[in-house]
Amino acid sequence: MLRKSNFKKSRNQLEGFSPNLHTDKPYVPQELCTSCPSCKAMLFQSDLEENNAVCPKCGHHFRLSARQRIGLICDENTYEAWDENLTPKDPLSFPGYGAKLKASRFRSREVEGVLTGKAAIGGVPCAVFAMDAGFMMGSMGSVVGEKITRLFERAAAENLPVVGFTVSGGARMQEGILSLMQMAKTSGAVKLHSDKGLLYITVLTDPTTGGVTASFAMEGDIILSEPGALIAFAGPRVIEQTMRQKLPKGFQTAEFLLEKGFVDAVVPRKELKETIGRLLRLHCGEV
Amino acid sequence: MAAEYTAYGPNGRPNQTAPFNAYQILQKARKNGRFTGLDFIRNLTTEFMELHGDRRFADDPAIVGGVARLLGMPVTVIAHEKGGDLNDKARRNFGSAHPEGYRKALRLMKQAEKFHRPVLCIVDTAGAFCGIGAEARGEGSAIAENLMEMMTLKTPILSLFIGEGGSGGALGLAVADTVWMLENSVYSVISPEGCASILWKDASKVKEACECLHMTPSDLLKLGVIERIIPEPEDRGELYSLLREAISEEFYKLNALPLEDLCRNRYQRFRKLGVYGE
Repeated sequence: MLRKSNFKKSRNQLEGFSPNLHTDKPYVPQELCTSCPSCKAMLFQSDLEENNAVCPKCGHHFRLSARQRIGLICDENTYEAWDENLTPKDPLSFPGYGAKLKASRFRSREVEGVLTGKAAIGGVPCAVFAMDAGFMMGSMGSVVGEKITRLFERAAAENLPVVGFTVSGGARMQEGILSLMQMAKTSGAVKLHSDKGLLYITVLTDPTTGGVTASFAMEGDIILSEPGALIAFAGPRVIEQTMRQKLPKGFQTAEFLLEKGFVDAVVPRKELKETIGRLLRLHCGEV
Repeated sequence: MAAEYTAYGPNGRPNQTAPFNAYQILQKARKNGRFTGLDFIRNLTTEFMELHGDRRFADDPAIVGGVARLLGMPVTVIAHEKGGDLNDKARRNFGSAHPEGYRKALRLMKQAEKFHRPVLCIVDTAGAFCGIGAEARGEGSAIAENLMEMMTLKTPILSLFIGEGGSGGALGLAVADTVWMLENSVYSVISPEGCASILWKDASKVKEACECLHMTPSDLLKLGVIERIIPEPEDRGELYSLLREAISEEFYKLNALPLEDLCRNRYQRFRKLGVYGE
């Protein structure tokens, strides 16, 4: 049957950029008003910003950029960036990769898909990383893998706990097998850090999928998540296409993973900093 | 013992056969009737005893594992198994494992560590299983745990790719001290069909995608992802006997290393992979 939808161009949900990514405040539209994708309520931009990009009506969590995330979680003026000088290359001369890197750099104003560094949260010094969905959907290539690995190695050497925020479409196809190898490399570094008896907290944010889910995102001692976040190994579209199975409502959300026992707690954004601070103090504070 | 054998590696294969392009290798790797994981277990080892189950949820027939003897040496073998006839293939999900498969593999590896047996992993999968049950039981979490635990497993691990090596599903059995590939096998981050449909919105451009992904053994050897390419002689018996010798020789070599060195080398093996500017 002829339907209008037959002519719709399919869109990869994970690769697609929302229009507001072009500004320095990704994910939160700059217009005066914006409508919540979840409850469709019209919200004033200023209200949304005051509320940490959470819809005041229904509690929908808008995505944050890595810098916004660090600003929200770390104590003021404590963030010190590590390994900022690592830049991506195109080792396989993959078609379109160079242009895509350029565009992502322009849109996100970041050099790569993750920020790493040292900061204090609730007064406790720790190593932090925050991935950025604005940079090629936070996909993991050599630079992301290397920065995460160096972060864990340095944190192990300096006896620091690690707090990490994951957002990712998975391994970066454009770097081929080398991005797959980053999964093993980062996991090795997490293990090295863990074997020193140090704490690693991951916060899974929307969306965390693929090779990142199957490596350092799921290797935390404590795994937290934001409400409603999509967390998957194979994303919902992939499953629907390959299995021709319709997925139940709420499948692969943070709440679903909590029920299945893969997440320790689902923590709303406004309680996140306090929760992480408390956990850090419980592990690393003075006795 | 395997003197003529070392001529094939670690610097690449000899120019005995004409180079096949990536797509041809992919077709050979997927060919119906190609040997499967169990064929290798049966032909390489003796006294194989299959051990079932992950002790938590179920036994996944997409991954088989157990104890066996390789030229006299007790080893743990773990293999993806795509299955023989169509019913068997369906039962084994064509070698795409659920989380319980990876958890079983880890259980057997821990067992190998306890009894100081080297581990031989035979990889042949299009990828980890993708479906509702697999997601609900934590496919990502199961693979992540394998990557982490294999990195510091205190016993030698050798991974051998005999056909398809698809993404995380393959890597879940391939965090090893040394990784070998048969000359007609592939290893990639995404299936070429998936790559083509993302890149050109056209799943039929598989041939182009194969070239882009650098998934053939010779490409991977150049990138430092694998150590050795195993030629496939016409006579399968010859292949098995060559492999038996080479694997046991490798295990003797790895067994001679102090455990700290073994683990450090394994860490460094993966640590150095990645291309970036600084």
